[in-house]
Amino acid sequence: MHPTFDALLSARLPVVTDGGWGTEFQKLGLAPGECPDRWNLEHPDRVKKVARAYVDAGSRVILTNTFGANRVVLERQDLAGKLAEINRVGAALSREAAGDRALVLASIGPTCKMVSTGEIEAAELQEIFAEQAAALVEGGAQGFVLETFAEVEEACCALAAAKATGLPCVVSMVFDSGKAKDRTMMGTTPEQAAAQLDASGADALGANCGQGIEGYISICARLRAATARPIWIKANAGLPEMIEGKAVYRATPAEFAAHALKVKAAGASFLGGCCGTSPAFIEALAKAW
Amino acid sequence: MKEYKELYTAVLEGKAKDARAITEKALAEGADPKQLVDREMITAMAEVGRRFETNEYFVPELLISARAMKAALELIKPLLVKSGVQPVGRVAIGTVKGDLHDIGKNLVAAMLEGGGFEVVDLGVDVSIEKFIAAVKEKNVEVLGLSALLTTTMPGMKGVIEDLKGQGLREKVKVIIGGAPVTQNYANEIGADGYADNASSAVALAKQLLAA
Repeated sequence: MHPTFDALLSARLPVVTDGGWGTEFQKLGLAPGECPDRWNLEHPDRVKKVARAYVDAGSRVILTNTFGANRVVLERQDLAGKLAEINRVGAALSREAAGDRALVLASIGPTCKMVSTGEIEAAELQEIFAEQAAALVEGGAQGFVLETFAEVEEACCALAAAKATGLPCVVSMVFDSGKAKDRTMMGTTPEQAAAQLDASGADALGANCGQGIEGYISICARLRAATARPIWIKANAGLPEMIEGKAVYRATPAEFAAHALKVKAAGASFLGGCCGTSPAFIEALAKAW
Repeated sequence: MKEYKELYTAVLEGKAKDARAITEKALAEGADPKQLVDREMITAMAEVGRRFETNEYFVPELLISARAMKAALELIKPLLVKSGVQPVGRVAIGTVKGDLHDIGKNLVAAMLEGGGFEVVDLGVDVSIEKFIAAVKEKNVEVLGLSALLTTTMPGMKGVIEDLKGQGLREKVKVIIGGAPVTQNYANEIGADGYADNASSAVALAKQLLAA
């Protein structure tokens, strides 16, 4: 195992990570459709506020506000020229908020272009992710979380690029398709994903977003059975309901923590929340075990 | 007419080159273009949809089949236009303002084309004005609105309100979809229908036009 994770995982498990960032930004005024990554430059104070709230709530790992800061996504927002700056500042803001209380793993999300249908070449994707990873390292990232990937092939491109920095890498897929919500959009099962990511050298692997924490009990157990690597889980606060034009996530911190204990029993090494979860959810997790 | 089962198989298995070659040969042999579409291609895409709904097919298979259908359709379309054959219906589809996600929208567009619809793809980040213009100028009968984000979903309501405001609401059926979208939301904003996947969106559009 990567020495950084070795040290972290030798303590009480699962290690509590952070919760949702986008949904917290919305509470601070992020407009519908506005690019959250832009906030690193426009509202660094608000980004740091969210990061710090998670550290204060008990997160021992926090991520960065850089999920969509790759060339493909930023070009659509006319922000490609700011790519290095957005990533550098994003990593630095999380490091400042974390101090020596939490580890900062930089968030890298998908480009939403598919390798398996020939929409983009693997070599080009790898370059795109290498560019983002380099800027994140400059900003002080201590590792990477390649998250919310639907296609294992794309995740492997990101993994190859991130691993080349020598820092530890988590790869996290989104299982939200199929009748049992146990497949990626591309039809991949947890077992298939675990085998491919394990063979590609992920230091930890897991699942995030897509569904509430109830569905993660079996996904975690299946990943656990399929690999010896540490398992990373970040679940949503249920699926949102639209109430008077606003997204409302129904799960409460207490309900989330109760289910989290079952995910813990299923073998999670890292546990946190995704969309709709807030510092209150993380506080509930930190007290649950 | 002679059957071209191998065209059905090529579309079902997503073999674009084969689908095109078989279509070329069939047309050279004097096959009726409309029958090639109706008997072989549309039925193949319907089977693709069925397999998608039963989890035998996932997104990649669906996209590859749609591409095979498109490759064959490119040869046939000019002939259909020439002989005045009308599509099943005309649909304009797009992802609403502020939302840049296109995978779901593309899937629905591909399946609608596979179902015999003529599809005007308005792209992503589509303003209310652009949706309205499509209804006014492109003579579409169905408007498909997609959103992946809870923050952009309210744009769907905006489109329906502006259609009403401009007296166009009765001219067009509005269908909506996307990860956070639900039947309840469709009811709340007064959409004509909601579909939770690309295959049922086709059935929904057909059902609304038949009504």
